[in-house]
Amino acid sequence: MSGDMRLASRYLYGATIALLTIWVLVPLGLLLINTLSSPEAVNAFPKRFWPEFDLGSLRFFAGFDGMIDALFNSIWVAGLTMVLSILIGAPAGYALSRFDFPGKETFRLLVLLTRAFPLPLLALPMAIAFIRLGIDDTIFGLGLVHTMLALPFAVLITFSLFSGIPIELEEAAWTLGCTRFGAFCRVVLPLILPGITASAIFAFVISWNEVFAAAVLTIENRTLTAFLLQNLDTSPLHLKFAGGFILVVPALVFIFAVRKYLFAMWGIANR
Amino acid sequence: MAEIRLRNIAKRFGDYQALHSIDLTIADREFMVLLGASGCGKTTLLRIIAGLESPSEGEVWIGDKRVDDLPPRERGISMVFQNYAIFPHLTVFDNIGFGLKMHRLPQKTIRERVHRTAKMMHIEQLLDRYSGQISGGQRQRVAVARALAMEPDVILMDEPLSNLDALLRLEMRAELKGVLAQSDTTAIYVTHDQIEAMSLADRISVMHRGKIVQSDSPVHLYRYPADRFVAGFIGNPPMNILPATPIGDGRWQVANREFEGPRVDAKNIEFAIRPEDMHLADEGIEGRVQVVEPLGPHLLLTCDVAGCPFRATVDNDHAVNPGDIRYFAPQPDRIRWFDPLTDLALA
Amino acid sequence: MRPHLLPWLLILPVTVFLGVFFLAPFVMVAKQAFVVDGVFSLGHFAQVASHWKFPIALKNTLLLALAVVPVQLALALLMATLVTKMRKGRDLVLYIWTIPLGISDLAAGIIWLAIFEQSGFLNSMLVALGLGETPSVLLSYQSPGMVFLAIALAEIWRATAIMLVILVAGIGLIPKEYHEAASVFGASPWQRFLRVTLPLLRPSLQTALVLRVILAFEVFAVVVALGGSLFPVLMSETYAYQFELLDSGGAAAIALVILGISVAFTLVILRILRVPKGAQA
Ligand SMILES: Nc1ncnc2c1ncn2[C@@H]1O[C@H](COP(=O)(O)OP(=O)(O)OP(=O)(O)O)[C@@H](O)[C@H]1O
Ligand SMILES: [Mg+2]
Repeated sequence: MSGDMRLASRYLYGATIALLTIWVLVPLGLLLINTLSSPEAVNAFPKRFWPEFDLGSLRFFAGFDGMIDALFNSIWVAGLTMVLSILIGAPAGYALSRFDFPGKETFRLLVLLTRAFPLPLLALPMAIAFIRLGIDDTIFGLGLVHTMLALPFAVLITFSLFSGIPIELEEAAWTLGCTRFGAFCRVVLPLILPGITASAIFAFVISWNEVFAAAVLTIENRTLTAFLLQNLDTSPLHLKFAGGFILVVPALVFIFAVRKYLFAMWGIANR
Repeated sequence: MAEIRLRNIAKRFGDYQALHSIDLTIADREFMVLLGASGCGKTTLLRIIAGLESPSEGEVWIGDKRVDDLPPRERGISMVFQNYAIFPHLTVFDNIGFGLKMHRLPQKTIRERVHRTAKMMHIEQLLDRYSGQISGGQRQRVAVARALAMEPDVILMDEPLSNLDALLRLEMRAELKGVLAQSDTTAIYVTHDQIEAMSLADRISVMHRGKIVQSDSPVHLYRYPADRFVAGFIGNPPMNILPATPIGDGRWQVANREFEGPRVDAKNIEFAIRPEDMHLADEGIEGRVQVVEPLGPHLLLTCDVAGCPFRATVDNDHAVNPGDIRYFAPQPDRIRWFDPLTDLALA
Repeated sequence: MRPHLLPWLLILPVTVFLGVFFLAPFVMVAKQAFVVDGVFSLGHFAQVASHWKFPIALKNTLLLALAVVPVQLALALLMATLVTKMRKGRDLVLYIWTIPLGISDLAAGIIWLAIFEQSGFLNSMLVALGLGETPSVLLSYQSPGMVFLAIALAEIWRATAIMLVILVAGIGLIPKEYHEAASVFGASPWQRFLRVTLPLLRPSLQTALVLRVILAFEVFAVVVALGGSLFPVLMSETYAYQFELLDSGGAAAIALVILGISVAFTLVILRILRVPKGAQA
């Protein structure tokens, strides 16, 4: 290859990366501009491509009837989902990584299989079942369904995390006087904690972002997504954009917090 | 008092039989080395003794207790793992002190013992580092220190020196032998390095394909290999083996020579002699020299004797050239005989 | 406790949970869809299918998936190969490219609404560039193409990241030596990509495609945010049956249609991208 061509391909390479980065960032930037502008500016035309740094839209959002409740509902449901999916999923991930037992493959397949289903649809029958159980339109009920959405990920991610910790570390602890549980707490847990945190955050965001099941299962106790969806055709633009912004912020933090684990999580989990 | 008795131990992994009826008694305070080629089942046997693997059949006794159903922590053992298993989230100090802490020893004792063993293993300057910050050889020494610090009844070591450079290895070997000789600890040491085995062991058990083929003191093992495998495995270069045909009356024809041998009724047996148990003479086994390798004090000759390869080490003051015909006189008391059907030694 | 009971005990919670919240509702949906007045019947399906909106929703859903998924696959592969070659700034670029992974479809719809609504940024730009005087209504039933484009762009923008992450992870698992070996034997970068990376990436491609295609059939909030009722898809029909028509039998029937399509596509993908036995990396 000649020097010119090499240089040209270097430029092409850099330009492609820059272009793709812009493609991801620009829509976010535009949302930010709208959020940080006054309601008047948001509805005005033509738009300025620079924010006014006016908190009017956000203030309107916070003052909108039911919005703050919805925000807290979202946080509670996502928190519940996070805790439940790790508490239920992590033991299974540990079992898959450490033991050979009859039915292991079947179990793994069952978990994998759930990913081949549009799970939010299963909220439809749950709506009726929940009425019978008396947990319809509750944070708890929605949390259970969201846990179902997050659980396959929790199992597979913790499975790959545990598999990354050599079993010899545990065995060494056993020979040095630990019980099975003791070795888990003193050796496995400290090593796995960051990864577990990452998968917990992942579960949090799955719930935080979920729209369909939330809209189906809650009526009075709407989550933020369900509330925004319900009011989509009636609410003013500035409310939508402020709401969208509030939905996005945790995402930025989330991806930043778990960026180290995102790839490790998927590397082994897709086997 | 920690005598270890293995009774009829077998281990299967699915269809694969990794260990076949192992019977072995290791005396209290003995230094036993398990020697064998890669994949012969050494680690598996060690793990069964440690309680990390349960045998498919058989019994494990430590002292006067049957320990098959006891978890590792109740067996009074400690172990050096083949891949070290240093806890990455703890410093070297905390790694070495881990077991002591688990046994709730007072802080002061822990500190003393950690420093003592660290010094012994030449790692006292590393105590504050994490395992990610030390080399493979240093990690290995931490693993040994961690096991020694426990002052256990039984210490199990899986190739604990395999990653050290030659010099350090020599030094650690002596250190380890000294420490264990002074203690009351029974040691089982896995290696595939026969020099290491010879230099450390009170007794060596040679393993082959999941069986123990011979357990003996190093010298005895070298002199009297119980079968052809041991004869070929122990000693470098290995024992020479030549076919022998009967002439009757306990005499056997080996190449061009006749030897006094066992009085057995067989068509063919095998004659074996170590390369260093011969000297050049005017008459003896006739061989055509093919390769001459000067090894410092000796010359290693590779010859052709009646179509079989044959090695001999001779003094370096002989002038030997490839193509020469030479005669090798074996020391009569060093000759061994094997039955090619069973591979076992003939008395 | 006997050690061999432990693994069973550990997977028990998940098994129970899957039984109660996956298998049971699955059976219940089927029952709702297939039972009319206590007897087995295809009535719900017939009724749903005969509604004038159903074929449109079905067509929209499939077309959208067909338009979006291949673009995402190509884009994700491009991004993944670009980023694996990067040395400086790799982490930053990867972080930015994976941001949409955490963004909900509702938020993505709202974000693209900021661009496509009448007083939005696209119109502002067109006017600023002198390509128009007054802002035109971009998202209306008179311009179905524009609605489709907006939805497709929002979907591509949002959901390429999940494929990217899976593919980057998959590429990370391919030992460098294969590439080095291939280039020693004279393969050009393009040939290496085609003959080494792609075949070895098959398990990851499988996962990425299955996951992505299923999500594509679940598309809902983006569509509602951008198109409202202009662009019916299967999922929004399900929602409409449940809440506007208060017909949970009909909702269940459409749900089963979505399930059926998802499973069918999953099987096809698994079949096309199957890894021959013994050829796993
Ligand atoms: N968990 C297992 N499942 C199946 N086979 C196993 C398992 N562990 C060991 N094996 C097999 O048992 C045999 C003995 O293994 P082992 O680890 O004891 O060998 P080793 O003598 O320690 O070898 P090396 O010197 O290479 O460490 C090997 O063939 C190995 O493949
Ligand atoms: Mg081994």
